[in-house]
Amino acid sequence: MENRTSEFKIRMQKNTKAIAYPLIAILLSFIVGGIIVAAFGNDPINAYKAMFKGSLGSWSNFGETLVSVTPLILTGLAVAFAFRCGLFNIGAEGQFIIGAISSVWAGWAFTGLPAIIHIPIVLLVGAFAGGIWGGIVGWLKAKFGSHEVINSIMMNYIAMYLSNFIVMNLMNEPDKAFSFAIADTAKLYRFAESITIFKGSRVHIGIVIALIVAVFAYYLLNKTVRGYEVRAVGFNPHAAEYGGINVPHNVVFAMFVSGMFAGLAGAIMVTGVQFRANNLFGFTGYGFDGIAVALVGNNHPIGVILSAFLFGVLQKGGPMMQLQGVPKEVVGIIQGIIILFVAVNFVKVLIENYTEKKNSKKSIAKGEVK
Amino acid sequence: MEGFLLILSIIVPATIRSATPLMFAALGGNFSERSGVVNIGLDGIMTVGAFSAVFFSYKTGSPWMGLLGAMVAGGLFGLLLAFLSIRFKANQVIVGTAINILAASLTTFLLVAIWGKPGQTNSVSAFQNWGPFNIFTYLAFVLVGVSYYVMFKTPFGLRLRAVGEHPKAADTLGVNVQLTRYLCVILSGVLGGIGGASLSIGSMNLFKEGMVAGRGFIALAALIFGKWNPIGTAGACLFFGFAVALEIVSNKLPIPREFIFAMPYILTMLAVSGFIGKAVAPAASGIPYEKGER
Repeated sequence: MENRTSEFKIRMQKNTKAIAYPLIAILLSFIVGGIIVAAFGNDPINAYKAMFKGSLGSWSNFGETLVSVTPLILTGLAVAFAFRCGLFNIGAEGQFIIGAISSVWAGWAFTGLPAIIHIPIVLLVGAFAGGIWGGIVGWLKAKFGSHEVINSIMMNYIAMYLSNFIVMNLMNEPDKAFSFAIADTAKLYRFAESITIFKGSRVHIGIVIALIVAVFAYYLLNKTVRGYEVRAVGFNPHAAEYGGINVPHNVVFAMFVSGMFAGLAGAIMVTGVQFRANNLFGFTGYGFDGIAVALVGNNHPIGVILSAFLFGVLQKGGPMMQLQGVPKEVVGIIQGIIILFVAVNFVKVLIENYTEKKNSKKSIAKGEVK
Repeated sequence: MEGFLLILSIIVPATIRSATPLMFAALGGNFSERSGVVNIGLDGIMTVGAFSAVFFSYKTGSPWMGLLGAMVAGGLFGLLLAFLSIRFKANQVIVGTAINILAASLTTFLLVAIWGKPGQTNSVSAFQNWGPFNIFTYLAFVLVGVSYYVMFKTPFGLRLRAVGEHPKAADTLGVNVQLTRYLCVILSGVLGGIGGASLSIGSMNLFKEGMVAGRGFIALAALIFGKWNPIGTAGACLFFGFAVALEIVSNKLPIPREFIFAMPYILTMLAVSGFIGKAVAPAASGIPYEKGER
């Protein structure tokens, strides 16, 4: 009995730390952001007020924030899932792009279907295409041992140029720098259609899909044999192999699932918001933001939801700060600092250095030699 | 035949011009990775360099001060990467990614804060062309030779390669692993900064949002394609520059331009996967060194 309670205590302590450290890091980043705002002669309190009002102040603003949160949850899950297998998927961006362009094709090519059938087909096509794009990187790693970071960076660019080629040559809206639009039956349901408080925002059913996928990711990782294998490979590939787990197989699987999540994010942006694909002059940023989201969310599906929400608030609230005379780019600085703090586990290092010093003082006082 | 010569006289200089910023950044990556630290943040460092060059040229009226400013700013970002990944042993790829995000937003923020308008800065005094190229191009070629010499013909070069291949062995023989890595990563920041400056006060005379446009990542690709050797890397940069230069005549070619753009990336993937000669990274690249660890 006693054992059990102490075990529970340790687990609780671990969980508290896992939540408290990123929270403190976020708070510190906001303080640094505030100092920068103040240094350029603006009132940081007013700026932050404007930011939160712009992102959460009304139902329609909240709805628009959810529009940004939706793809961030999915690309965050993509990066987090691969990370749990010990893989750094910097290629969520490319998988997002491929998912988007494929779903435009599926949204246009299948006509005459009822929405209830058409939409799942379109989303699955997008997810599957993203999965293939990620799976290639996993396969190259498993087969040739080539590093996933380098390959996925390269695949990002190849995805962008491939998508642009398709948009401008195969699915081009004549004389425009974008593709033709998807059929109405492929468009996601928008809440504003029946819930009046959301009027003026584009928030769509995609947010619900993203949350369901997060629950699915949690289940897959923690409650299935496959998820156990993925985590075992991430924890220590040599031990996993010794224990009879097929490491290459799991590497390909994890990259495929990761790519599916990112591809689905692209498909949801197409069916929920854009309805077409643009000729890209640079990256969309959703995939790269996914890295930040996963990192701050500690690669845990629940953490990913929360951090995606934080980043959504920052991105949606930024332009509102602009009206207060604060350049909206300050939001990007805050994001960058959050990532740096979390990446180096700044708070942990700080606290542990402090307690170590205290302990060593104590042991010196007791006459112990370290 | 005349048409061919005309195209050649356009493409060759354009190739060298597009390769110039890549060469600086790729040489920077070369030093960093050879010493065992992956520098994914090169793209961000180039952005910071490009901005600082314009800022200091604007403040002083001299492009030379701009160049110096870019070197210092790039070096500082290199120091940041070094500090976090060596002292804190943070994941180098993640820190590099954070540097990229931070650099993009910091420069756009300062652009608005200093010039009061988004998008691009005012024109500042920049370097003039000497003959067909500006000073950066000549400097790049000189630095390729110097880097090769330093890396393969001097004791310091031997030490830095040892630190990247087998830090434990280097440490046992009395090489200061951490110090060597600090120096190399800072140097990589300085070179990345010059690469950025070559865009903003070399090819142009202002800073534009997003002007680096992923060149830091192409430089990384060139580094791998050139097998972590300054001369090979420079060759890869010229080849990638050629792919960019082809854009000028892309409407005369039978291949879609998107495929020409994607070519460097496809070739790099083939190279790392061993289809065109195996590219093997320094063994300890990306791994923090822990004294006393087996």
